Amino acid sequence: MMIKAYRYIKARDAVMRGIFLFCAVFAVLALGCICVFLFAEGLPFIGKVGVSNFFGTKWHLDSGAYGILSMIVASLYVTGLSTLIGIAIGLFTAICLYKFCPAKAVNPIRQLITLLAGIPSVIYGLFGMIVIVPFLRDNISSNGVGYGILAASLVLSVMILPTIVSISLDALNSVPRSYYEGALALGATSEQSVFKVMLPAAKSGILAAVVLSIGRAIGETMAVIMVIGGSPAMPGSLFQSVRTMTANIAMGATELSGDAATALVSTGVVLFCFTLLLNTSISLLKGGFKRESKSA
Amino acid sequence: MGNNQIDTARDSEAVRVEEGGAALNNGGLPESSDMYNITVRNCDLYYGDFQALKSVSIDIEEREVTALIGPSGCGKSTFIKTLNRMNDLVEGCRITGEILIGGRDIYAKSTDVTLLRKNAGMVFQKPNPFPMSIYDNIAFAPRTFGIKKKIELDVIVESSLKHAGLWLEVKDRLKKNAMGLSGGQQQRLCIARALAADPKILLMDEPTSALDPISTGRIEELINELKTEYTIVIVTHNMQQATRISDKTAFFLLGEIIEYGTTESIFSMPKDKRTENYITGRFG
Ligand SMILES: Nc1ncnc2c1ncn2[C@@H]1O[C@H](COP(=O)(O)OP(=O)(O)O)[C@@H](O)[C@H]1O
Ligand SMILES: [Mg+2]
Repeated sequence: MMIKAYRYIKARDAVMRGIFLFCAVFAVLALGCICVFLFAEGLPFIGKVGVSNFFGTKWHLDSGAYGILSMIVASLYVTGLSTLIGIAIGLFTAICLYKFCPAKAVNPIRQLITLLAGIPSVIYGLFGMIVIVPFLRDNISSNGVGYGILAASLVLSVMILPTIVSISLDALNSVPRSYYEGALALGATSEQSVFKVMLPAAKSGILAAVVLSIGRAIGETMAVIMVIGGSPAMPGSLFQSVRTMTANIAMGATELSGDAATALVSTGVVLFCFTLLLNTSISLLKGGFKRESKSA
Repeated sequence: MGNNQIDTARDSEAVRVEEGGAALNNGGLPESSDMYNITVRNCDLYYGDFQALKSVSIDIEEREVTALIGPSGCGKSTFIKTLNRMNDLVEGCRITGEILIGGRDIYAKSTDVTLLRKNAGMVFQKPNPFPMSIYDNIAFAPRTFGIKKKIELDVIVESSLKHAGLWLEVKDRLKKNAMGLSGGQQQRLCIARALAADPKILLMDEPTSALDPISTGRIEELINELKTEYTIVIVTHNMQQATRISDKTAFFLLGEIIEYGTTESIFSMPKDKRTENYITGRFG
Protein backbone atom coordinates (compact mmCIF):
# COMPACT_ATOMS: atom_id res chain seq x y z
CA MET A 1 0.00 0.00 0.00
CA MET A 2 2.68 2.40 1.10
CA ILE A 3 4.84 1.51 -1.82
CA LYS A 4 2.03 2.04 -4.26
CA ALA A 5 1.33 5.47 -2.85
CA TYR A 6 5.00 6.25 -2.99
CA ARG A 7 5.22 5.20 -6.61
CA TYR A 8 2.25 7.36 -7.41
CA ILE A 9 3.87 10.37 -5.80
CA LYS A 10 7.07 9.71 -7.70
CA ALA A 11 5.22 9.49 -10.98
CA ARG A 12 3.27 12.63 -10.25
CA ASP A 13 6.51 14.40 -9.42
CA ALA A 14 8.06 13.35 -12.68
CA VAL A 15 5.05 14.57 -14.67
CA MET A 16 5.02 17.87 -12.86
CA ARG A 17 8.71 18.30 -13.43
CA GLY A 18 8.17 17.64 -17.10
CA ILE A 19 5.46 20.27 -17.31
CA PHE A 20 7.58 22.82 -15.51
CA LEU A 21 10.53 22.06 -17.74
CA PHE A 22 8.40 22.47 -20.84
CA CYS A 23 7.09 25.82 -19.61
CA ALA A 24 10.59 26.97 -18.83
CA VAL A 25 11.85 25.89 -22.21
CA PHE A 26 8.86 27.27 -24.10
CA ALA A 27 10.03 30.87 -24.12
CA VAL A 28 13.50 29.80 -25.15
CA LEU A 29 12.04 27.71 -27.92
CA ALA A 30 9.92 30.58 -29.16
CA LEU A 31 12.94 32.86 -29.24
CA GLY A 32 14.92 30.18 -31.02
CA CYS A 33 12.23 29.66 -33.67
CA ILE A 34 11.96 33.36 -34.36
CA CYS A 35 15.71 33.70 -34.67
CA VAL A 36 15.98 30.75 -37.00
CA PHE A 37 13.15 31.99 -39.17
CA LEU A 38 14.50 35.52 -39.37
CA PHE A 39 18.06 34.62 -40.12
CA ALA A 40 17.35 31.67 -42.38
CA GLU A 41 15.00 33.76 -44.51
CA GLY A 42 16.59 37.17 -44.22
CA LEU A 43 20.33 36.66 -44.31
CA PRO A 44 20.57 34.76 -47.61
CA PHE A 45 18.52 37.49 -49.24
CA ILE A 46 20.99 40.12 -48.13
CA GLY A 47 23.73 37.99 -49.66
CA LYS A 48 21.76 37.56 -52.83
CA VAL A 49 21.04 41.24 -53.54
CA GLY A 50 24.40 42.28 -52.10
CA VAL A 51 25.30 44.09 -48.91
CA SER A 52 25.87 47.39 -50.66
CA ASN A 53 22.48 47.20 -52.32
CA PHE A 54 20.71 46.24 -49.08
CA PHE A 55 22.43 48.88 -46.98
CA GLY A 56 22.15 51.44 -49.72
CA THR A 57 19.88 54.42 -49.78
CA LYS A 58 17.63 53.45 -52.64
CA TRP A 59 14.45 51.43 -52.07
CA HIS A 60 12.85 50.89 -55.43
CA LEU A 61 11.29 47.45 -55.77
CA ASP A 62 10.65 47.58 -59.52
CA SER A 63 14.31 48.14 -60.27
CA GLY A 64 15.51 45.66 -57.66
CA ALA A 65 16.89 48.30 -55.27
CA TYR A 66 16.36 47.14 -51.71
CA GLY A 67 18.35 49.76 -49.79
CA ILE A 68 17.09 50.29 -46.26
CA LEU A 69 19.71 52.72 -44.99
CA SER A 70 17.29 55.62 -45.01
CA MET A 71 14.91 53.56 -42.89
CA ILE A 72 17.62 52.63 -40.41
CA VAL A 73 18.49 56.29 -40.12
CA ALA A 74 14.84 57.26 -39.71
CA SER A 75 14.38 54.61 -37.03
CA LEU A 76 17.38 55.89 -35.13
CA TYR A 77 16.22 59.49 -35.38
CA VAL A 78 12.72 58.70 -34.22
CA THR A 79 13.94 56.46 -31.40
CA GLY A 80 16.54 58.93 -30.21
CA LEU A 81 14.34 61.97 -30.30
CA SER A 82 11.32 60.32 -28.73
CA THR A 83 13.38 58.80 -25.92
CA LEU A 84 15.01 62.13 -25.28
CA ILE A 85 11.69 63.93 -25.02
CA GLY A 86 10.06 61.08 -23.12
CA ILE A 87 12.88 60.79 -20.60
CA ALA A 88 13.10 64.51 -19.99
CA ILE A 89 9.39 64.79 -19.30
CA GLY A 90 9.04 61.41 -17.63
CA LEU A 91 11.94 61.81 -15.26
CA PHE A 92 10.76 65.18 -14.09
CA THR A 93 7.25 63.84 -13.68
CA ALA A 94 8.62 61.01 -11.56
CA ILE A 95 10.70 63.36 -9.43
CA CYS A 96 7.74 65.65 -8.98
CA LEU A 97 5.50 62.76 -7.96
CA TYR A 98 8.23 61.50 -5.68
CA LYS A 99 8.73 64.57 -3.58
CA PHE A 100 7.36 67.84 -4.79
CA CYS A 101 3.71 67.24 -5.34
CA PRO A 102 0.94 67.06 -2.72
CA ALA A 103 0.79 63.54 -1.31
CA LYS A 104 -2.90 63.25 -2.10
CA ALA A 105 -2.35 63.93 -5.79
CA VAL A 106 0.37 61.33 -6.29
CA ASN A 107 -1.76 58.25 -6.72
CA PRO A 108 -4.41 59.77 -8.98
CA ILE A 109 -1.76 61.25 -11.25
CA ARG A 110 0.15 58.02 -11.29
CA GLN A 111 -2.95 56.08 -12.18
CA LEU A 112 -3.79 58.47 -14.99
CA ILE A 113 -0.31 58.08 -16.40
CA THR A 114 -0.62 54.31 -16.19
CA LEU A 115 -3.84 54.58 -18.17
CA LEU A 116 -1.78 56.03 -21.00
CA ALA A 117 -0.04 52.68 -21.24
CA GLY A 118 -3.33 50.94 -21.86
CA ILE A 119 -4.34 53.00 -24.88
CA PRO A 120 -3.93 50.98 -28.10
CA SER A 121 -1.19 52.34 -30.29
CA VAL A 122 -3.55 52.84 -33.19
CA ILE A 123 -5.39 55.41 -31.08
CA TYR A 124 -2.12 57.24 -30.54
CA GLY A 125 -1.66 57.11 -34.29
CA LEU A 126 -5.09 58.60 -34.86
CA PHE A 127 -4.46 61.34 -32.36
CA GLY A 128 -1.13 62.09 -34.00
CA MET A 129 -2.69 62.13 -37.44
CA ILE A 130 -5.62 64.32 -36.57
CA VAL A 131 -4.11 66.65 -33.99
CA ILE A 132 -0.32 66.64 -33.95
CA VAL A 133 0.41 66.46 -37.67
CA PRO A 134 -1.93 69.32 -38.66
CA PHE A 135 -0.69 71.34 -35.70
CA LEU A 136 2.93 70.91 -36.73
CA ARG A 137 2.06 71.60 -40.36
CA ASP A 138 0.23 74.84 -39.58
CA ASN A 139 2.32 76.21 -36.73
CA ILE A 140 5.81 74.81 -36.56
CA SER A 141 6.86 73.38 -39.86
CA SER A 142 8.52 75.72 -42.32
CA ASN A 143 7.80 73.62 -45.40
CA GLY A 144 4.11 72.89 -44.97
CA VAL A 145 4.65 69.25 -44.08
CA GLY A 146 3.40 67.93 -40.77
CA TYR A 147 4.33 64.29 -41.23
CA GLY A 148 7.75 63.09 -40.31
CA ILE A 149 10.24 62.45 -37.58
CA LEU A 150 9.06 65.13 -35.17
CA ALA A 151 5.43 64.05 -35.32
CA ALA A 152 6.39 60.42 -34.78
CA SER A 153 8.75 61.32 -31.95
CA LEU A 154 6.11 63.38 -30.16
CA VAL A 155 3.57 60.59 -30.38
CA LEU A 156 6.11 58.02 -29.28
CA SER A 157 7.35 60.12 -26.38
CA VAL A 158 3.84 60.16 -24.94
CA MET A 159 3.59 56.43 -25.46
CA ILE A 160 6.78 55.72 -23.52
CA LEU A 161 5.96 58.18 -20.76
CA PRO A 162 4.14 55.66 -18.54
CA THR A 163 7.11 53.28 -18.64
CA ILE A 164 9.57 55.96 -17.71
CA VAL A 165 7.42 57.52 -15.00
CA SER A 166 6.41 54.34 -13.27
CA ILE A 167 9.79 52.61 -13.37
CA SER A 168 11.69 55.72 -12.33
CA LEU A 169 9.23 56.37 -9.54
CA ASP A 170 9.56 52.80 -8.32
CA ALA A 171 13.31 53.15 -8.49
CA LEU A 172 13.19 56.36 -6.46
CA ASN A 173 10.80 54.86 -3.95
CA SER A 174 13.06 51.88 -3.42
CA VAL A 175 15.95 54.10 -2.37
CA PRO A 176 16.10 53.95 1.44
CA ARG A 177 14.62 56.97 3.11
CA SER A 178 17.64 57.06 5.40
CA TYR A 179 19.65 58.54 2.53
CA TYR A 180 17.21 61.38 2.22
CA GLU A 181 17.24 62.06 5.93
CA GLY A 182 21.01 61.76 5.99
CA ALA A 183 21.30 64.41 3.30
CA LEU A 184 18.87 66.74 5.00
CA ALA A 185 20.68 66.28 8.29
CA LEU A 186 23.84 67.54 6.59
CA GLY A 187 22.11 70.77 5.72
CA ALA A 188 21.03 69.93 2.19
CA THR A 189 17.72 71.25 0.96
CA SER A 190 15.02 68.88 -0.12
CA GLU A 191 15.87 69.52 -3.79
CA GLN A 192 19.56 68.94 -3.24
CA SER A 193 18.83 65.71 -1.40
CA VAL A 194 16.65 64.43 -4.21
CA PHE A 195 18.88 65.45 -7.09
CA LYS A 196 22.26 64.72 -5.55
CA VAL A 197 21.50 61.63 -3.49
CA MET A 198 18.21 59.95 -4.28
CA LEU A 199 18.41 60.29 -8.05
CA PRO A 200 21.95 58.92 -8.37
CA ALA A 201 21.02 56.12 -5.98
CA ALA A 202 18.14 55.21 -8.28
CA LYS A 203 20.24 55.34 -11.43
CA SER A 204 20.17 51.65 -12.29
CA GLY A 205 16.38 51.59 -12.11
CA ILE A 206 16.17 54.73 -14.18
CA LEU A 207 18.54 53.25 -16.70
CA ALA A 208 16.27 50.24 -16.97
CA ALA A 209 13.40 52.62 -17.72
CA VAL A 210 15.44 54.29 -20.42
CA VAL A 211 16.32 51.01 -22.07
CA LEU A 212 12.80 49.71 -21.98
CA SER A 213 11.56 52.89 -23.58
CA ILE A 214 14.19 52.76 -26.28
CA GLY A 215 13.07 49.23 -27.03
CA ARG A 216 9.48 50.32 -27.14
CA ALA A 217 10.26 53.29 -29.36
CA ILE A 218 12.36 51.40 -31.87
CA GLY A 219 9.77 48.66 -32.18
CA GLU A 220 6.59 50.71 -32.26
CA THR A 221 4.91 50.39 -35.61
CA MET A 222 1.27 51.37 -35.93
CA ALA A 223 1.38 54.80 -34.39
CA VAL A 224 4.53 55.59 -36.32
CA ILE A 225 3.11 54.55 -39.68
CA MET A 226 0.20 56.89 -39.20
CA VAL A 227 2.26 60.03 -38.66
CA ILE A 228 5.58 59.52 -40.41
CA GLY A 229 4.46 59.80 -44.00
CA GLY A 230 5.98 56.60 -45.32
CA SER A 231 8.24 57.60 -48.21
CA PRO A 232 11.47 55.61 -48.34
CA ALA A 233 13.55 58.75 -48.38
CA MET A 234 16.70 59.67 -46.50
CA PRO A 235 15.69 61.91 -43.57
CA GLY A 236 16.86 65.47 -44.20
CA SER A 237 14.40 67.35 -42.07
CA LEU A 238 12.13 66.82 -39.08
CA PHE A 239 9.20 67.57 -41.38
CA GLN A 240 9.49 65.21 -44.28
CA SER A 241 7.75 61.99 -45.18
CA VAL A 242 10.13 59.18 -44.22
CA ARG A 243 9.85 55.54 -43.26
CA THR A 244 11.17 53.58 -40.30
CA MET A 245 12.15 49.92 -40.45
CA THR A 246 8.99 48.92 -38.61
CA ALA A 247 6.88 50.97 -40.98
CA ASN A 248 8.62 49.40 -43.95
CA ILE A 249 7.79 45.91 -42.76
CA ALA A 250 4.19 46.60 -41.81
CA MET A 251 3.34 48.69 -44.86
CA GLY A 252 4.63 46.06 -47.25
CA ALA A 253 3.58 42.98 -45.39
CA THR A 254 0.07 42.76 -46.76
CA GLU A 255 0.89 43.68 -50.35
CA LEU A 256 4.26 42.37 -51.31
CA SER A 257 5.30 38.90 -52.33
CA GLY A 258 8.39 37.21 -53.65
CA ASP A 259 11.70 39.00 -53.29
CA ALA A 260 10.06 42.15 -52.02
CA ALA A 261 8.46 40.21 -49.16
CA THR A 262 11.76 38.60 -48.32
CA ALA A 263 13.32 42.06 -48.24
CA LEU A 264 10.92 42.80 -45.40
CA VAL A 265 12.21 39.81 -43.45
CA SER A 266 15.73 41.09 -43.99
CA THR A 267 14.62 44.46 -42.65
CA GLY A 268 13.34 42.48 -39.66
CA VAL A 269 16.77 40.96 -39.21
CA VAL A 270 18.33 44.39 -38.96
CA LEU A 271 15.65 45.58 -36.55
CA PHE A 272 16.13 42.46 -34.46
CA CYS A 273 19.87 43.05 -34.34
CA PHE A 274 19.30 46.55 -33.03
CA THR A 275 17.06 45.36 -30.22
CA LEU A 276 19.47 42.54 -29.45
CA LEU A 277 22.28 45.05 -29.24
CA LEU A 278 20.16 47.17 -26.95
CA ASN A 279 19.38 44.30 -24.64
CA THR A 280 22.95 43.06 -24.38
CA SER A 281 24.27 46.54 -23.72
CA ILE A 282 21.73 46.77 -20.95
CA SER A 283 22.73 43.54 -19.31
CA LEU A 284 26.35 44.57 -19.64
CA LEU A 285 25.58 47.90 -18.00
CA LYS A 286 23.63 46.18 -15.26
CA GLY A 287 26.43 43.73 -14.68
CA GLY A 288 28.75 46.70 -14.45
CA PHE A 289 26.58 48.28 -11.78
CA LYS A 290 26.44 45.09 -9.77
CA ARG A 291 30.17 44.58 -9.95
CA GLU A 292 30.75 48.19 -9.01
CA SER A 293 28.71 47.98 -5.84
CA LYS A 294 30.12 44.58 -4.91
CA SER A 295 33.78 45.24 -5.43
CA ALA A 296 33.54 48.59 -3.71
CA MET B 1 50.52 105.58 -5.14
CA GLY B 2 48.31 104.01 -7.72
CA ASN B 3 50.11 100.77 -7.22
CA ASN B 4 49.51 100.96 -3.54
CA GLN B 5 45.86 101.42 -4.03
CA ILE B 6 45.67 98.39 -6.21
CA ASP B 7 47.54 96.43 -3.60
CA THR B 8 45.18 97.51 -0.87
CA ALA B 9 42.28 96.59 -3.05
CA ARG B 10 43.82 93.22 -3.58
CA ASP B 11 44.45 92.78 0.12
CA SER B 12 40.91 93.57 1.03
CA GLU B 13 39.83 91.13 -1.64
CA ALA B 14 41.95 88.47 0.02
CA VAL B 15 40.50 89.33 3.38
CA ARG B 16 37.04 89.10 1.99
CA VAL B 17 37.74 85.65 0.62
CA GLU B 18 38.99 84.56 4.01
CA GLU B 19 35.97 86.02 5.65
CA GLY B 20 33.85 84.09 3.23
CA GLY B 21 35.51 80.93 4.41
CA ALA B 22 35.03 81.86 8.03
CA ALA B 23 31.40 82.75 7.46
CA LEU B 24 30.88 79.31 6.08
CA ASN B 25 32.69 77.81 9.01
CA ASN B 26 30.26 79.12 11.54
CA GLY B 27 27.29 78.68 9.32
CA GLY B 28 26.91 82.35 8.59
CA LEU B 29 25.78 83.02 12.11
CA PRO B 30 27.20 86.20 13.56
CA GLU B 31 30.22 86.01 15.82
CA SER B 32 28.08 86.69 18.88
CA SER B 33 26.53 83.27 18.54
CA ASP B 34 29.84 81.56 18.68
CA MET B 35 28.42 79.76 21.66
CA TYR B 36 26.94 76.42 21.03
CA ASN B 37 25.36 75.51 24.30
CA ILE B 38 21.83 74.20 24.09
CA THR B 39 19.03 75.43 26.30
CA VAL B 40 15.66 73.75 26.29
CA ARG B 41 12.74 75.18 28.22
CA ASN B 42 9.38 73.46 28.75
CA CYS B 43 9.47 71.66 25.49
CA ASP B 44 6.35 69.66 24.69
CA LEU B 45 6.22 67.60 21.55
CA TYR B 46 3.19 65.90 20.08
CA TYR B 47 2.92 63.34 17.31
CA GLY B 48 -0.70 64.01 16.44
CA ASP B 49 -2.50 63.44 19.72
CA PHE B 50 0.34 61.51 21.29
CA GLN B 51 2.59 63.54 23.56
CA ALA B 52 6.12 62.23 23.14
CA LEU B 53 7.94 64.90 25.15
CA LYS B 54 6.54 66.40 28.33
CA SER B 55 7.83 69.73 29.49
CA VAL B 56 11.45 68.89 28.87
CA SER B 57 13.96 71.39 30.18
CA ILE B 58 17.69 70.92 30.05
CA ASP B 59 20.92 72.89 29.72
CA ILE B 60 23.53 71.20 27.57
CA GLU B 61 27.00 72.60 27.92
CA GLU B 62 29.42 73.39 25.15
CA ARG B 63 32.25 70.95 24.49
CA GLU B 64 30.85 68.33 26.76
CA VAL B 65 29.39 64.94 26.07
CA THR B 66 25.81 64.66 27.25
CA ALA B 67 24.35 61.18 27.29
CA LEU B 68 20.62 60.55 27.02
CA ILE B 69 19.53 57.28 28.57
CA GLY B 70 16.18 55.66 29.18
CA PRO B 71 14.07 52.73 28.11
CA SER B 72 12.93 52.31 24.51
CA GLY B 73 10.14 54.59 23.47
CA CYS B 74 10.79 57.19 26.17
CA GLY B 75 11.48 59.92 23.64
CA LYS B 76 15.27 60.07 23.41
CA SER B 77 15.34 59.99 19.62
CA THR B 78 12.44 62.37 19.49
CA PHE B 79 14.30 64.79 21.72
CA ILE B 80 17.59 64.64 19.86
CA LYS B 81 15.75 65.23 16.58
CA THR B 82 14.18 68.41 17.92
CA LEU B 83 17.70 69.83 18.22
CA ASN B 84 18.31 69.86 14.47
CA ARG B 85 14.66 70.05 13.54
CA MET B 86 14.57 66.68 11.84
CA ASN B 87 11.15 66.34 13.43
CA ASP B 88 9.96 68.85 10.85
CA LEU B 89 9.81 65.90 8.48
CA VAL B 90 7.28 64.07 10.61
CA GLU B 91 3.79 64.92 9.60
CA GLY B 92 1.57 66.02 12.45
CA CYS B 93 4.48 66.77 14.74
CA ARG B 94 3.93 69.83 16.96
CA ILE B 95 6.43 71.43 19.27
CA THR B 96 5.94 74.06 21.95
CA GLY B 97 8.40 75.58 24.38
CA GLU B 98 11.80 77.03 23.72
CA ILE B 99 14.91 75.51 22.25
CA LEU B 100 17.89 77.81 22.09
CA ILE B 101 21.28 77.12 20.61
CA GLY B 102 23.85 79.73 21.53
CA GLY B 103 20.96 81.82 22.78
CA ARG B 104 19.06 81.73 19.48
CA ASP B 105 15.64 80.21 19.16
CA ILE B 106 16.04 77.51 16.54
CA TYR B 107 12.30 77.34 15.99
CA ALA B 108 12.08 81.06 15.26
CA LYS B 109 10.75 82.01 11.84
CA SER B 110 14.07 83.55 10.88
CA THR B 111 16.03 80.36 11.46
CA ASP B 112 17.69 78.91 8.41
CA VAL B 113 17.04 75.23 8.94
CA THR B 114 19.73 74.08 6.53
CA LEU B 115 22.35 76.11 8.41
CA LEU B 116 21.05 74.77 11.69
CA ARG B 117 21.45 71.23 10.42
CA LYS B 118 24.89 71.95 9.06
CA ASN B 119 25.87 73.27 12.47
CA ALA B 120 24.30 70.40 14.35
CA GLY B 121 25.51 67.30 12.55
CA MET B 122 23.63 64.10 13.13
CA VAL B 123 24.84 60.52 13.23
CA PHE B 124 22.12 57.93 12.95
CA GLN B 125 21.70 54.60 14.63
CA LYS B 126 22.10 52.68 11.42
CA PRO B 127 25.09 53.86 9.39
CA ASN B 128 23.67 55.56 6.32
CA PRO B 129 26.49 56.34 3.91
CA PHE B 130 25.26 57.43 0.50
CA PRO B 131 25.78 54.89 -2.28
CA MET B 132 28.62 56.86 -3.81
CA SER B 133 32.36 57.06 -3.35
CA ILE B 134 33.93 57.68 0.04
CA TYR B 135 35.22 60.98 -1.29
CA ASP B 136 31.83 62.10 -2.55
CA ASN B 137 30.22 61.16 0.74
CA ILE B 138 32.56 63.42 2.70
CA ALA B 139 32.45 66.17 0.11
CA PHE B 140 28.67 66.16 0.08
CA ALA B 141 28.06 68.82 2.70
CA PRO B 142 30.82 71.20 1.57
CA ARG B 143 29.56 70.94 -2.00
CA THR B 144 26.05 71.60 -0.81
CA PHE B 145 27.31 74.79 0.69
CA GLY B 146 28.97 75.85 -2.52
CA ILE B 147 32.57 74.68 -2.23
CA LYS B 148 33.49 73.44 -5.69
CA LYS B 149 37.27 73.68 -5.95
CA LYS B 150 38.93 70.31 -5.86
CA ILE B 151 41.88 71.53 -3.79
CA GLU B 152 39.58 72.84 -1.08
CA LEU B 153 37.47 69.71 -1.12
CA ASP B 154 40.58 67.52 -0.94
CA VAL B 155 41.68 69.33 2.20
CA ILE B 156 38.27 68.99 3.83
CA VAL B 157 37.97 65.32 2.91
CA GLU B 158 41.37 64.48 4.29
CA SER B 159 40.97 66.42 7.52
CA SER B 160 37.47 65.08 8.16
CA LEU B 161 38.58 61.51 7.62
CA LYS B 162 41.60 62.05 9.86
CA HIS B 163 39.36 63.58 12.47
CA ALA B 164 37.14 60.54 12.36
CA GLY B 165 40.11 58.18 12.56
CA LEU B 166 39.37 56.66 9.18
CA TRP B 167 41.99 58.25 6.97
CA LEU B 168 44.63 55.53 7.19
CA GLU B 169 42.11 52.84 6.36
CA VAL B 170 40.59 54.51 3.33
CA LYS B 171 43.14 56.92 1.91
CA ASP B 172 43.95 54.57 -0.95
CA ARG B 173 40.35 53.87 -1.86
CA LEU B 174 38.67 57.25 -1.71
CA LYS B 175 37.07 56.68 -5.09
CA LYS B 176 35.57 53.36 -4.04
CA ASN B 177 31.96 53.04 -3.12
CA ALA B 178 31.33 53.67 0.56
CA MET B 179 28.88 50.80 0.76
CA GLY B 180 31.84 48.43 0.63
CA LEU B 181 33.14 49.54 4.03
CA SER B 182 32.48 47.52 7.17
CA GLY B 183 29.69 48.63 9.51
CA GLY B 184 32.10 50.29 11.92
CA GLN B 185 33.94 52.04 9.10
CA GLN B 186 30.63 53.17 7.63
CA GLN B 187 29.65 54.71 10.93
CA ARG B 188 32.97 56.53 11.22
CA LEU B 189 32.48 57.65 7.64
CA CYS B 190 29.13 59.09 8.64
CA ILE B 191 30.82 60.91 11.50
CA ALA B 192 33.46 62.21 9.10
CA ARG B 193 30.72 63.26 6.70
CA ALA B 194 29.04 65.22 9.46
CA LEU B 195 32.38 66.76 10.50
CA ALA B 196 32.98 67.88 6.91
CA ALA B 197 30.05 70.24 7.28
CA ASP B 198 32.08 71.87 10.06
CA PRO B 199 29.40 71.56 12.72
CA LYS B 200 29.60 72.83 16.26
CA ILE B 201 27.30 70.21 17.67
CA LEU B 202 27.19 66.48 17.06
CA LEU B 203 23.95 64.64 17.70
CA MET B 204 24.36 60.89 17.85
CA ASP B 205 21.42 58.56 18.16
CA GLU B 206 22.71 55.22 19.42
CA PRO B 207 25.67 55.40 17.02
CA THR B 208 27.18 52.12 18.18
CA SER B 209 24.14 49.96 18.71
CA ALA B 210 24.55 48.29 15.32
CA LEU B 211 28.30 47.74 15.71
CA ASP B 212 30.61 45.09 17.09
CA PRO B 213 32.54 45.77 20.33
CA ILE B 214 35.78 46.72 18.59
CA SER B 215 34.13 49.25 16.30
CA THR B 216 32.18 50.50 19.29
CA GLY B 217 35.44 51.01 21.17
CA ARG B 218 36.91 53.00 18.30
CA ILE B 219 33.89 55.25 18.12
CA GLU B 220 33.97 55.83 21.85
CA GLU B 221 37.63 56.85 21.61
CA LEU B 222 36.68 59.11 18.79
CA ILE B 223 33.95 60.77 20.82
CA ASN B 224 36.45 61.38 23.61
CA GLU B 225 38.74 63.13 21.15
CA LEU B 226 35.99 65.12 19.48
CA LYS B 227 34.52 66.54 22.65
CA THR B 228 37.32 69.05 22.97
CA GLU B 229 35.92 70.76 19.89
CA TYR B 230 32.28 69.84 19.67
CA THR B 231 29.21 69.82 21.82
CA ILE B 232 28.12 66.21 21.72
CA VAL B 233 24.73 64.79 22.56
CA ILE B 234 24.54 61.02 22.42
CA VAL B 235 21.70 58.61 22.95
CA THR B 236 22.83 55.30 24.32
CA HIS B 237 21.31 52.12 25.63
CA ASN B 238 24.57 51.05 27.07
CA MET B 239 25.11 52.18 30.65
CA GLN B 240 28.83 51.42 30.57
CA GLN B 241 29.14 53.49 27.46
CA ALA B 242 27.43 56.41 29.13
CA THR B 243 29.83 56.22 32.06
CA ARG B 244 32.84 55.84 29.79
CA ILE B 245 32.24 58.76 27.49
CA SER B 246 29.83 61.28 28.93
CA ASP B 247 30.20 64.23 31.25
CA LYS B 248 26.50 64.66 31.91
CA THR B 249 23.67 62.21 31.76
CA ALA B 250 19.94 62.79 31.39
CA PHE B 251 17.53 60.01 32.23
CA PHE B 252 14.33 60.00 30.17
CA LEU B 253 11.18 58.15 31.08
CA LEU B 254 7.87 58.36 29.23
CA GLY B 255 8.79 61.62 27.57
CA GLU B 256 10.05 63.34 30.68
CA ILE B 257 13.52 64.02 31.97
CA ILE B 258 13.50 62.38 35.37
CA GLU B 259 17.00 63.28 36.35
CA TYR B 260 19.87 65.22 34.88
CA GLY B 261 23.32 65.78 36.27
CA THR B 262 26.94 64.82 36.01
CA THR B 263 27.35 61.28 34.85
CA GLU B 264 29.25 60.47 38.00
CA SER B 265 26.47 61.59 40.29
CA ILE B 266 23.71 59.99 38.21
CA PHE B 267 25.43 56.64 38.27
CA SER B 268 26.89 56.71 41.77
CA MET B 269 24.02 58.28 43.67
CA PRO B 270 20.87 58.74 41.66
CA LYS B 271 18.38 60.92 43.46
CA ASP B 272 15.31 59.40 41.91
CA LYS B 273 14.25 55.84 42.63
CA ARG B 274 13.28 55.35 38.96
CA THR B 275 16.72 56.37 37.78
CA GLU B 276 18.27 53.95 40.19
CA ASN B 277 15.99 51.17 39.03
CA TYR B 278 16.88 51.84 35.42
CA ILE B 279 20.64 52.06 35.77
CA THR B 280 20.76 48.98 37.93
CA GLY B 281 18.85 47.17 35.20
CA ARG B 282 15.58 46.67 36.98
CA PHE B 283 13.53 47.85 34.07
CA GLY B 284 13.95 49.00 30.52
N1 LIG C 1 6.96 59.58 13.68
C1 LIG C 1 6.28 59.22 14.79
N2 LIG C 1 4.93 59.27 14.78
C2 LIG C 1 4.24 58.92 15.87
N3 LIG C 1 4.78 58.49 17.01
C3 LIG C 1 6.12 58.43 17.09
C4 LIG C 1 6.94 58.79 15.97
N4 LIG C 1 8.23 58.62 16.31
C5 LIG C 1 8.21 58.17 17.59
N5 LIG C 1 6.95 58.07 18.05
C6 LIG C 1 6.56 57.66 19.40
O1 LIG C 1 7.14 58.53 20.31
C7 LIG C 1 7.64 57.81 21.42
C8 LIG C 1 9.10 58.11 21.59
O2 LIG C 1 9.80 57.50 20.51
P1 LIG C 1 11.38 57.64 20.36
O3 LIG C 1 11.73 59.06 20.51
O4 LIG C 1 11.75 56.98 19.11
O5 LIG C 1 11.89 56.80 21.60
P2 LIG C 1 13.35 56.29 21.95
O6 LIG C 1 14.30 56.83 20.96
O7 LIG C 1 13.60 56.78 23.32
O8 LIG C 1 13.30 54.81 21.94
C9 LIG C 1 7.34 56.35 21.20
O9 LIG C 1 6.18 56.02 21.92
C10 LIG C 1 7.08 56.28 19.73
O10 LIG C 1 6.13 55.28 19.46
MG1 LIG D 1 15.51 55.80 19.54
